Amino acid sequence: MATGNLALDREKSALNAGKRVSNDFSINVATVNGSGSQSSNSVLLKSIFEMGVPVSGKNLFPSNIAGMPTWFFIRASKEGYVARKRDSEILVALNPDTAKQDVLSLPAGGVAIYEESYKTSQNLEEVRDDVIYYPVPFEKITAAVCPEPKLRKLVKNMVYVGVVAQLLAIDIGEVESSLRQQFGNKQKVFELNFGAAKAGLEYAQQNLTKRDPYFIERMDRTAGKIIVDGNTAAGMGAVFAGVTVVAWYPITPSTSTIEVTADLLKELRQTPDGKATYAVVQAEDELAAIGMVIGAGWAGARSMTATSGPGMSLMSEILGLAYFTEIPGVVVNVQRVGPATGMPTRTQQADVLSAAFLSHGDTKNVLLFPGSVKECFEHTYAAFDLAERLQTPVLVLSDLDLGMNHWMSEPFDYPATPLDRGKVLTAADLERLGGFARYRDVDGDAIGWRTLPGTPHLKAAYFTRGSGHNDAALYTEKPAEYQAIMERLARKFETARKLVPGPVVVKDGSSKIGFIAYGSTDFALLESLDQIKKQYGQEIDYLRVRAYPFAREIHDFVASHERIYVVEQNRDAQLASLLKLDLPAEEAVKLRSILHYNGWPVDACSITAEFATKEGL
Amino acid sequence: MATAPTNAAANPAAPAPKVNRIGLTVLEYRGSKSTLCAGCGHNAISERIVDAMFEMGVEPERVIKMSGIGCSSKSPAYFMSRSHSFNAVHGRMPAVATGATLANRQLMTLGVSGDGDTVSIGTGQFVHLMRRNLPMIYIIENNGVYGLTKGQFSATADIGAKLKTGAVNDLRPIDTCALAIQLGATFVGRSFSGDKKQLLLMLKAAIAHKGTVLLDVISPCVTFNDHEGSTKSYKFMQANDDPINEIGFIPSFEEIGADYDAGQILDVTLHDGSSLRLRKLHEGYDPTDRANAVRALMESDENHEVLTGIFYIDTGKPTFVDLLNMVDEPLATLPESVTKPSRAALDKLMASLR
Repeated sequence: MATGNLALDREKSALNAGKRVSNDFSINVATVNGSGSQSSNSVLLKSIFEMGVPVSGKNLFPSNIAGMPTWFFIRASKEGYVARKRDSEILVALNPDTAKQDVLSLPAGGVAIYEESYKTSQNLEEVRDDVIYYPVPFEKITAAVCPEPKLRKLVKNMVYVGVVAQLLAIDIGEVESSLRQQFGNKQKVFELNFGAAKAGLEYAQQNLTKRDPYFIERMDRTAGKIIVDGNTAAGMGAVFAGVTVVAWYPITPSTSTIEVTADLLKELRQTPDGKATYAVVQAEDELAAIGMVIGAGWAGARSMTATSGPGMSLMSEILGLAYFTEIPGVVVNVQRVGPATGMPTRTQQADVLSAAFLSHGDTKNVLLFPGSVKECFEHTYAAFDLAERLQTPVLVLSDLDLGMNHWMSEPFDYPATPLDRGKVLTAADLERLGGFARYRDVDGDAIGWRTLPGTPHLKAAYFTRGSGHNDAALYTEKPAEYQAIMERLARKFETARKLVPGPVVVKDGSSKIGFIAYGSTDFALLESLDQIKKQYGQEIDYLRVRAYPFAREIHDFVASHERIYVVEQNRDAQLASLLKLDLPAEEAVKLRSILHYNGWPVDACSITAEFATKEGL
Repeated sequence: MATAPTNAAANPAAPAPKVNRIGLTVLEYRGSKSTLCAGCGHNAISERIVDAMFEMGVEPERVIKMSGIGCSSKSPAYFMSRSHSFNAVHGRMPAVATGATLANRQLMTLGVSGDGDTVSIGTGQFVHLMRRNLPMIYIIENNGVYGLTKGQFSATADIGAKLKTGAVNDLRPIDTCALAIQLGATFVGRSFSGDKKQLLLMLKAAIAHKGTVLLDVISPCVTFNDHEGSTKSYKFMQANDDPINEIGFIPSFEEIGADYDAGQILDVTLHDGSSLRLRKLHEGYDPTDRANAVRALMESDENHEVLTGIFYIDTGKPTFVDLLNMVDEPLATLPESVTKPSRAALDKLMASLR
């Protein structure tokens, strides 16, 4: 690490600074999974949000049902930064197995709230002396407010919410209203939980003397905003895009995408007499899920599946069939850590190259890279229009960080434009035209016209085959006919280049250096830009890629800079590699990479540090 | 017709081509010229499909022909050119057919597969399709070998069956009919491509049924599996075909005759009102009893007989489309006003996330 960067190495020690730190820290709740801490984490997060303070939540959980360590990070940031903060200043240590390690991970001046009865190999307070300790008898407090022993494990979590609220000056009224929202009309559950939170608060009031500088103070930066996860947002996108056939196979971390979709379809898409205007099928595996999606797409339905890396690998053959036979379908891939089973509950952006060329032969797929929960909604919606317009599968590459974590967002805008159902000939069209050739480019955009099965016209039918075919969809092994189809498919990809969402040029000033990033890396990069400006006085340009094939503006951005750092969350610089294939040789050499791939979401300090090292700052 | 065609007298020998109840001739159910081997059982099956669809008066535009990969899966090109067709990937026809059928429930789905496509690479999809009772006809053109890769055993080859090379199969065959019955298909039968009458009647009844129809049709491969020692040869089938029942079929649009020998006959009214009449050839066989059907199949296997006929029928079980409680209109073409929720719906969702 460059010597000039030491100030960033550790967040500034609040203890040493000795002053009040408001709305700029992170809380780490360390528990064991299966202990039911999810609602208390959401209540704490929501209470901070309700105080107008920008907040984000990240669940770092194991691939396990119960008993393994899990950490939930809640970041409050008056600047509105929502990426993972490398260090968390406040620890709620509720997992005895990791308590010592968790304390060691605190920055100097950090805070450790822990169960005072923990029998660890060493008294927790002896682990280090530059941390402020608040021992709390969580078990005892819980036992007093919760007579039912079976519920204590769950209720204990709400006690910490009260303790933290008292220490950080979070308004207990906001805790109360968040709890009400959480538990709806289950009055008894609400009372039990609010009682636990109040007991924690009262204990802290009476027994703990505030010695740390951290406070939540009311602001007004969350008015009108929503909190949602990316999988929910993607499900909403599909439902508002009028999806009708959903086929899927459960896989972490994509599962909730379909669960939300199914719930929303049930709520929003039944006829007055209770009939479904959709079909949701839990298939036997991903091979079948994508088969159903493509079969439905062929027959004219808006169809989708959601999956993750291993599932996408299984879908490879049928997606290649869909590319070659030109059938629409939407695949939401919530990326997790690979290769192989990898780390199913950790995040990565490592399916980019395989998705781009998924399947054998010269296959190229259209990819969308949502960079926020709002874009999870918008891109999933857009994927259906693109798939039907381009008659090809479209893959939406989200990731676990985006998909499963809580993000603050502007509310989603209603997609006012009509659905684009693409080029479909009706019986009346066929009557007028006297027939059609399925794969003929009659409009110059390399997209043919199709008919749907069931079209009542004797010229409507054609034969869809994954084997060699000519523009009339007839079997062929003739070199010229096969090659003509492949060349048209390549031209169709050029049409896609113009139709996919263009990049977001976040900043394009006079800087000689540019950043390129995509997807969930955006959050950390935006923060890193500010750090670089503050630390090194440099303002770096930044373009965020939103789709493949790459729009021309991306080429222009590279051309107008001397060096480009592509920041992404995989080992092999996958987007940079894809860009290099697309760029002229003299431009491709400008690309270098900043990579993060340990499974935890990338943080700004890591990007800034590596940038400084590479630039010799 | 009020006035006779003027050329009728000029060419009195040519009768008007026979048309079916929707006014189509049999020619309008034909496909391209087959590229399969001369004498291939699959060609005979294609011809029976043409006859059955013609005689039942099915609109060709309402049919989708679905297939996987293999000689059998090529055959949809050789019948019904006026129907959309999808030759998908190896072993995955069931999923693709499921998607298409859900997208448009008004289509009649006809799947054509082979023994390799169905119970080797496609076993997983096959068994789950049977479980769902998706409304479709699934024909296995079963020859016990892989044709396109030149004659390897498939998973339906019988123990002791010999390849031309002399290799002997020593693994148990998978009985697709027993599997289908156990898993939930509602119309299960076996026939032989060389038995024109039985196959045609079975296909016509299949068209009238609602639910998954599984027809395993022994269809000899004249190039790789029609020799001495094969149990899927024409000769073997002619010697060992053992019909369990004699099939009678009266379509909904024809009169039902009244004379029959009650006690030996089971009459089944099919979904479209057609009547299926099964005359018992095996003492005590009841095609509505699943356990009985599976037992009969296992016993015939042990006796080295090839049981044919309709083994099982259930006209009461809900189909997958019924279970999904879908609207009657095709999902594929529902208007945006139905499929895209309103602005107010989105506003409400946004409010719930605040």
